[in-house]
Amino acid sequence: MMYDVVVVGGGPAGLASASESSKLGLRTLLLDENPRLGGILPQCIHPGFGLHCLGEDLTGPEFAHRLIEEVRGSGVEVRTQAHVTSLAMRSDLVKEVTYASPQGTEAVQAKAVIYAAGARERHRFEVGIAGDRVAGIYTAGEAQAMMDLYGVMPGRRVVIVGSGDVGLIMARRFALEGAEVVGVVEMLPYPGGLARNLMILRDFDIPLYLSHKVTEVRGRGRVERVKVVRVNEELRETGEGFWIDCDTLLISAGLVPRVKILRRAGAIMDPATGGPVVNDRLETTLPGVFAAGNSLIINDLVDYAVEQGRTAAKGAEEFVRGNGIPTRRWIRVRRGGYVRFVVPHMLGGDRDFWLYARVSRPVEDALVEVPEIGLRRKVPVLKPSEMLRLRIKSGVEGGRVTLVIR
Amino acid sequence: MTVYKLTCVICPLSCSVEVEVEGNRVKDVRGFSCPRGKEWAVEEVLSPKRVVMTVIRVRAGKEPVVSVKTDSPIPKERIRELMSYLATLEVEAPVFIGQVVVEHPLGLETKVVATRSVEAVETREHA
Repeated sequence: MMYDVVVVGGGPAGLASASESSKLGLRTLLLDENPRLGGILPQCIHPGFGLHCLGEDLTGPEFAHRLIEEVRGSGVEVRTQAHVTSLAMRSDLVKEVTYASPQGTEAVQAKAVIYAAGARERHRFEVGIAGDRVAGIYTAGEAQAMMDLYGVMPGRRVVIVGSGDVGLIMARRFALEGAEVVGVVEMLPYPGGLARNLMILRDFDIPLYLSHKVTEVRGRGRVERVKVVRVNEELRETGEGFWIDCDTLLISAGLVPRVKILRRAGAIMDPATGGPVVNDRLETTLPGVFAAGNSLIINDLVDYAVEQGRTAAKGAEEFVRGNGIPTRRWIRVRRGGYVRFVVPHMLGGDRDFWLYARVSRPVEDALVEVPEIGLRRKVPVLKPSEMLRLRIKSGVEGGRVTLVIR
Repeated sequence: MTVYKLTCVICPLSCSVEVEVEGNRVKDVRGFSCPRGKEWAVEEVLSPKRVVMTVIRVRAGKEPVVSVKTDSPIPKERIRELMSYLATLEVEAPVFIGQVVVEHPLGLETKVVATRSVEAVETREHA
């Protein structure tokens, strides 16, 4: 079976790219490994979704509902419980996507693939938490699924590792359900979440330990206490630390793009994002394979994942209609100043696009510049937790451009 | 006299706003860059409100719980009371997204609405 586009992943980026690609007249198949569409949205029952792209304040399940309705109305073929196991380049113009389903292993062919498999959460061993292997240690997303999809309370006295949005939102969920959140432990000297989520700490009197890390878990059968140690500016442990009694440890230490399938297929990765290297169509280094959402870059707003999904769909249309994206001299995008990453990595110069970037540390009175095209903008404050998004107009020329943040 | 230091959450500018309060009256607001920020800061100090979200048990549903939210923000000090009340409820499947689960819980000026749909389990007819 030959499709124009196969979309891998039914979360916000995948749903948006599938409906967009179908609306552009492309024969589209959407594959998702879960029994229901929406990705992680159905378990994010808090408000704050869609503020940018819909101008409405929705919860995750409501936002997912909108995207799913759009897919249903656009004629996309949908297959759930389809776990993609490989992506193979049959030629520059034909890709084969293999997936495991309740019917066994199946394969489909497509001219273009949009890879939107999302991200996974970092686990305790990635953040250096030693000690007993006991019950009561969850990633924040696991606990969220337990509470908000299955109605199960994971614990009563909770320590949370990481002050990013996911950790803060789970702090609120636990507090609302009557559990005691005895501490949010953040390794960095500043909190990680969006300002609206930092209010949660004040709302529920939750202690925040900045420049601290959890180093050890102890317990018999179940978590009984965790050790918290102060860290210096190089993030090295200083002093003996102290113990906090708790029955649950939530790890909310960031997300990692899920790119195994893409990497195995041969796409080049960017160590700074953890995702693939892409051009301004969000095409990876594999011709006709596009990436969007959290498998491209870890986004802080769902709106950006949706936007990337649509951009990738437009790229896929260009690829399918033109049997490939016309060869051109790609302009490289370099990083300067406090830029931790910038996406896309290459641009054609022939169309408008969004540039997404993050800073490596908080910068006050920041100056954002792309000197080669005369872009210069002052921003009152930039934080690593809040993505910088810049519109770059077509008409860029030259061999390279540099994003500089000072 | 008390001075509240807030980070405005209306937009990503994240202004640091200071609200000076004496008794129940606002004496001064500083640091905001727009009227919305000023209004937000005053309300946040005098009568903070929040949208509340949780899940409610579902009887005979394909899923055990349904997610709900208040359709308008409620006074912060009533959140705990509302949560305890919602924890006692159970709704019958099917539940539809947008369906009002409770109207004016505890006399509050808000509705609790379902934020997803939950289908009913198919029951077999016994001959």
